[in-house]
Amino acid sequence: MSKQANAKEVLFDPVFNNNPITLQILGICSALAVTGKLNTALVMSIALTLVTAFSNLFISLIRKQVPSSIRMIVQMVIIASLVIVVDQILRAYAFSLAKQLSVYVGLIITNCIVMGRAEAFAMQNPPGLSFLDGIGNGLGYSALLLSLGFVRELFGSGKLFGHEILPVVNDGGWYVPNGLLLLPPSAFFLIGLFIWALRTWKKKQQEPAPFKLAPQVKED
Amino acid sequence: MSSNKESTARTLIVAFAVSLVAAIFVAGSAIYLKPVQEQNRLLDKQRSILAIAGIGGPDLSGAQVRDLFARRIKAQVVDLSTGEVDDQLDAATFDALKAAKDPKTSAVVPGNEDIALIKRREQYTTVYRLEKDDGSGQLEALILPVRGYGLWSTLYGFLALKPDLNTVVGLGFYQHGETPGLGGEVDNPKWKALWPGKTLFDAEGKPNIAIVKGGVQAGDADAGHEVDALAGATLTSKGVNHLLTYWLGQQGFGPYLDKLRQRPDGV
Repeated sequence: MSKQANAKEVLFDPVFNNNPITLQILGICSALAVTGKLNTALVMSIALTLVTAFSNLFISLIRKQVPSSIRMIVQMVIIASLVIVVDQILRAYAFSLAKQLSVYVGLIITNCIVMGRAEAFAMQNPPGLSFLDGIGNGLGYSALLLSLGFVRELFGSGKLFGHEILPVVNDGGWYVPNGLLLLPPSAFFLIGLFIWALRTWKKKQQEPAPFKLAPQVKED
Repeated sequence: MSSNKESTARTLIVAFAVSLVAAIFVAGSAIYLKPVQEQNRLLDKQRSILAIAGIGGPDLSGAQVRDLFARRIKAQVVDLSTGEVDDQLDAATFDALKAAKDPKTSAVVPGNEDIALIKRREQYTTVYRLEKDDGSGQLEALILPVRGYGLWSTLYGFLALKPDLNTVVGLGFYQHGETPGLGGEVDNPKWKALWPGKTLFDAEGKPNIAIVKGGVQAGDADAGHEVDALAGATLTSKGVNHLLTYWLGQQGFGPYLDKLRQRPDGV
């Protein structure tokens, strides 16, 4: 690497400037699946942040020993082991949350953010910095997940962390919840809106149009 | 050092070492955490039994659940083919689901009888009696384990009956893998609230329960035996219907329920 990355940039860049979900468009699957409620979103965020940070750390520690022909598999083994351990810990100490998250904890293994950071950052950088990069990307992911969870739980079921904020009609209140927000596809719309907002704020993230539309031809 | 980094021997050594360390790490954590996980699973099961029997909400603490369960619920092992209670087997440790997988303690269900698609049925299973709080040992609700195949997965749950052994107190599933939002709505409290008060047997004592599409008509003669199907989950609804019919029939708890009905001193 020509430019030596500094710790602060590594840690905070992924939150807004290089957010793994909104800019790199990674990890969408779990962002759709677990954001119906804030507490599942929070647990998922913590789990992913820890896994990314530690997989980056371990991969970076052995990066000089790993032959390039099997580097992907070695990364995968480390990531998978960490995810299994996280899953086991959740089942032991947060059983009801683990039940709600079901397969999605296991799917962290295939979350592109973890693999992407391992391959793109940890293979070239020292352990300390890689660890921070993992935390940073986890924070970027968490920021988006929690925003999604906030909007979806508040307007989808009138609650935040399970506490009633807007009394819903079914329980005798006045708020008619938006059922769409409880379904995973609603997160697509929200992520789209977040990307729009972020790229309006940080113009640098806008991508040049890949091609120009020809003007409509008007026949006479 | 780095010149032979790509050599075959080196590749094998690295692969082996990484696998070994990862395996020790994973196996260690799994073994270390297993007792706590087992306890959670047991607690979850007890909690759902209490909820289905109508005496425990989700906000009870773990200690309250254990205490209430120990005080009010009596587990018994029942021989399904004869309907007799078996005192030889310890209900606290007997695992009916494990028994259902073991060829020695279970039998293949013939295809034409296997409407719940469970493949093997255990010879002994555990039932739970909710007894009256006054110490008389009188039955307040009988909780039977039921299971059967829905669309994607086997649904595991409990059915609680009133002492008339016909009226439903509650039905609920503690483990399944149905589609969230469709079949997964078997967990929806509103749907579960449709069950209490329904009657399960017809005048001849045959299971008669129907999950109907399009909603139960209030004036229907059979309305007491009918429950609305889940919207968008035809196969899960059918699965629930079949598993209830199976477990209440002669292949399931039929003999046991018959024995209980014949008891002159009441159940």
